[in-house]
Parts: sequence; structure tokens; C-alpha cells
Amino acid sequence: MFILPAIKIAFRGLRVNKMRSGLTMLGIIIGVAAVITMLAVGEGARESLAKSIASLGSNLILVIPGSTTSGGARMGTGNTNTLVPSDAEALDGESAVDAAAAMVRGTGQVVFQDRNWNTAIIGTTGDYERIRDWPVSDGRFINRQDIDGMTKDCLVGTTVVQELFGNEDPLGRIIRINQVPFTIVGVLQKKGQSLMGQDQDDVIITPLSTAMSRLFGKTSVNAIMVKGKSDGVMNRAVEQVKTLLRQRHRIPDGGDDDFSVMNLSEMLSAAETQTKIMTILLGAVASVSLLVGGIGIMNIMLVSVTERTREIGIRMSVGARERDILLQFLVEAVVLSLTGGVIGILIGVGFSTAISQLSRFQTSVSLFSVLLSFLFSAAVGIFFGFYPARKAAGMDPISALRYE
Amino acid sequence: MIEARDLVKEYVIGDTTLRALDGVNVHIGRGEFAAIMGPSGSGKSTFMNIIGCLDRPTSGSYILDGKPVETLSRDDLAGIRNRMLGFVFQGFNLLPRTTALENVELPLYYSGQDGEMEEKAYAALKSVGLAGRERHFSNQLSGGQQQRVAIARALINDPSVILADEPTGNLDSKTSVEIMDIFTKLNAEKGITIILVTHEPDIAQFAARRIHFKDGKIISDERTPSPPAPLPASGEGRRI
Repeated sequence: MFILPAIKIAFRGLRVNKMRSGLTMLGIIIGVAAVITMLAVGEGARESLAKSIASLGSNLILVIPGSTTSGGARMGTGNTNTLVPSDAEALDGESAVDAAAAMVRGTGQVVFQDRNWNTAIIGTTGDYERIRDWPVSDGRFINRQDIDGMTKDCLVGTTVVQELFGNEDPLGRIIRINQVPFTIVGVLQKKGQSLMGQDQDDVIITPLSTAMSRLFGKTSVNAIMVKGKSDGVMNRAVEQVKTLLRQRHRIPDGGDDDFSVMNLSEMLSAAETQTKIMTILLGAVASVSLLVGGIGIMNIMLVSVTERTREIGIRMSVGARERDILLQFLVEAVVLSLTGGVIGILIGVGFSTAISQLSRFQTSVSLFSVLLSFLFSAAVGIFFGFYPARKAAGMDPISALRYE
Repeated sequence: MIEARDLVKEYVIGDTTLRALDGVNVHIGRGEFAAIMGPSGSGKSTFMNIIGCLDRPTSGSYILDGKPVETLSRDDLAGIRNRMLGFVFQGFNLLPRTTALENVELPLYYSGQDGEMEEKAYAALKSVGLAGRERHFSNQLSGGQQQRVAIARALINDPSVILADEPTGNLDSKTSVEIMDIFTKLNAEKGITIILVTHEPDIAQFAARRIHFKDGKIISDERTPSPPAPLPASGEGRRI
């Protein structure tokens, strides 16, 4: 018997038992759909993380004010006022440091004519552009003169432009931030979502000095962003930052740092590794259901072989050889698992698309996961179909014919 | 054509050995129409299974068309069943939920023929008087019609021997005569050797030779030189 008639016979056999075939396939369908969806979720998470890493800028070190001890009471991280703009300027001179920018953060109500919008305000210096790798699409970035002259110039993100100006050109317009009038001198390029899912383009950037004195009334900064010279010197850069800040803050030997240094690049690559592990884990859990589906196929095929003992006897009496029977049942199992696999792939792709449409969670179905699921379901069919097929082929023709 | 020499078949059930065939010697020539008779347990079915290459003897030899069958492999036996032999059973043994046409085509799948399968099956069904019922499912047909489908299936590969195991056992007497008619015609017109197992003497009368089994042995072997019982004047069996 050739393979083509075998496939024909197998399809007929499955059609005759629609309900049972459907239920058997369900196991594989769910398994494959789960594998596809899980891998898509994992892959999507990895991709959005990779995008966030790219949007954050490379070789980043973040310095935030750390816990200080004042009179025995330790203050929480970020709540103290230990970092000042001159710290950033000093850090800029270190050999492993490419650039450093101090920043203050807050929110503000922005008004333009009859429209207003609440947005994030960042006060920083000109180096921020290079550190965050965030150039302007129009106009210019903040420069030295803005800082020194405490000008009321500002840059706006694309979301702010959209909310306040619609299609108008924002350059040169005057907006009021917390009642203070600012002139827009540049528009930032679109950056997209941050790692936490925040809209990074919903922002206004002002000169550090202006923000500190006119907007927020602060003498210290919220953070200093430091860019290392290269991948290879990041550890040295972190050391240099720590040493210099301890000196500047006059911390005695053995005393606790009054700041925290985080190597963002390192953290992100750690996060990326975690996402990868998560993807593998999700895929592995989903493959268990695929395996269970395979056992379901074996179960049903065994029942089917017993139930069709007489059919096997009839086929043998008209000249079916062992390999013909073996092939027939094997092909049936593979057809079951592959049909289930294809349906599962379609459902999985549908599910992944639905997830990314309905939530902000990005998913990405890779060709690899589709191929993997397809081959895996074929393998499941062959593996779990072989034993029942073997059993069918080894039957004795007479007892098979007499089977009631 | 068919030659059995000292055929012995033993079944071991628990610690007792049952001797179903006890030294059977018989020769059935090409083109003969022989009936195997005997009470149940006489060994006639066992004999049929061995003749039909479905089973092997414990000892002795069976020579089919000059070839000793006991030396052949399982696959070779399957090939012989496919090309040389045609089976007709008491319970029809058609595939359920399958059309008459597909049932008749079945042996062709296993003989590696690809083309003209449908045409052949149509012709075979027509020859047993079932033209127009090709697309009926086997369970939608009457017993007599099912048995005709089985005969068409047995005929599809132009076998030299047809083995019929109680072919009329599940049929009423009128239908039985129609079915026997078909066998008689196949024997007379195509020269197909027909071996029929039955315990009904009037069905055995259709055969020119009657072999009686008892306790695993042949106890009588008689031939009727004259033609068998007169054929009924009407009936679908005449359409062969």
C-alpha cells in the first residue's frame, strides 16, 4: 500500500468518528495553542524589553540619593537631599565616565491658550541628550547658556505636542508651566514606552537650574545619570562614581554611602536573561500539555485498535500485510496530531494577536515557534501512535476476524 | 491446486491440547466445487483457515498451486490471500460505515494497483447484480445484498479459489439459493475453484463434491457427477 491511499483511508476513518477525532485532537490543539501563545508572550516581553533597553540609552549608571542616617534614624532611598548639580559636573571629569547629567523630576500643569495638560517635567542639562540617546526632531536641545542663564526655554515630547498643539507647529510658542511662561525651543523625537509601560513622550524638558529654582524650589537633584565610556569600563565607572561621591560628601571610611549607584545596563541584561528563562519555562509548561495531548492520542488509538479489531481482520483477510496495517494506524495518529497541530497553531496565533490587541502586552509569534510546534506535534503522533499501530499490525488474522 | 498432506492442527488451551485436525489428506483440483461438511467442532473451520492461508498447520504440509505454504512468511501469505484467494464469510465481514464500492475496492489497495480501481469495483458489483447500489453504505443493504458485496470483493482480484465459510448461514432460504446460484455460475463460467463450508445438506447439494469431517478427520468424500439442484426460474442471481 502506498502512502497516499493510507492517508485517504486515515482521513476516512477520522471522518467516520468525528466526535472522537475532535476530542482527541483537542488535547493537541490546546497544547500547541498554549505553546504558541506562551512563546509569543515570552518573545514579546523579550522584544519590548530589548526595545526599552535601546530607548534608555547604552552604558547607563543611575545615581540616586541614598539612605542617610541622621540621629540614628535611617531615611529611605531617594528621600534625602544629598545630590547636588555640582556632583554631576565633577563626575563628568572621571576617566571612565563619558558624560553625566543631573536631573530633577516633577509634574506640572501646562497651559497653552485654552488647552491644558498635566505632564512630567524633567529639569536637566545638555548632556542628557547624549546620555539618553534622545535627540530632537525639530529645534535644539538645552545648552550651556540655558543652564547658566536660567532661561525659560523648554523642549516638549510628542505626546505633549499632540495634546496642546494638535497639528500646529509648537516651535517658538509660549506655554505656561505651573504659571511660569516658557518658550518651546525644540521637539523631542518619539521614544515610545518605557520599561514600566509609561509613555516617555509625555514629558517636558527644561534647563536644570530653571526647574530647580523656578518650578520646584529645590536645592538638590533627584538623580544623576552617568554614561560610561564603553561596555568594558562599566565596573570601573561605577567604582569611580562611588569613590568621588564619597569624597565630595565627606563620608568617613566605614560610613554608609548617602547615595545608591545602579548599573542600569547590567540590570537590564539581567532582566533580559530572566525574560528568556521565563519564555523557556512557559514553553516547557505548555509542552507538558502537548505531551498530555500525545498520551490522549495513544489512549484513543488503543481504544480504536481494539474497537476495530474486526476491521483489521477483514483487511488482513483481503491481503493487508503487517506494514499496511501499521502504516494505516500510524498515519491516522499523525493525521490526528498534525491536524490538531495546525488548528492549534492558528488558535495560538489568534490568541497572541488578541492578547496584544486587547492589552498593552506585546506578543510576537516567531516562525521558529510555529515550526517547532508543527514538528513537535508530528513527532507526538509518530511516537504515541507507534505502539497502538504495532499492536494492530501484530494481530492474528483469525482471532481478529472472529472478534465480536 | 489444493493439496493437504497429513495436516495436523493443535491448540493448546491451558494444559490440555486440543487436536482440531488429525491427519487430513485431501486434494482439490482446479475448477472443482467442493463442500466441506460436518458438525461443529469437526475441524472444518480450522481446515478452511489453513486452506485460506489465515493459519498454519502444526504439522503436515499444505501445497497451494504447487507451493508449500508453511515455508512462506506472513507477508507472503497476505499476498496469496490478496491475489489468489477470495473469502466470503457467514457474517459478510464488510467494513461498517463504508460504501459498497469502497468495500469492493479494498483488496486493490493492498495489491498496489492505483488506476482503474473504481471501474473494476463497478464491474465487480455489476457482475453480482448490485449495479446502482455502489454508493450505499454496507449497513443500508439487506443481508443478501451484503453477501453479494462480499462476493464482489472476493472477485475483484480475479482469484483462482473462493473460500466460502457458511455463506448462507445468516440468510433466508430464497436468498441462500440466489447466493449459491452466483457461486455455481462463477464455478461453471469462470472455472473458479470454490470451497464451501456448510452444515446444511441442501446447500451442500450445489457442490459437485462433498467432504465430511468428523473429529478432525475426513470420514467421507463423495462426488455427484450430475449437475446440482435445479436453478430457480427467477431471482437476481441469474444476472451474473
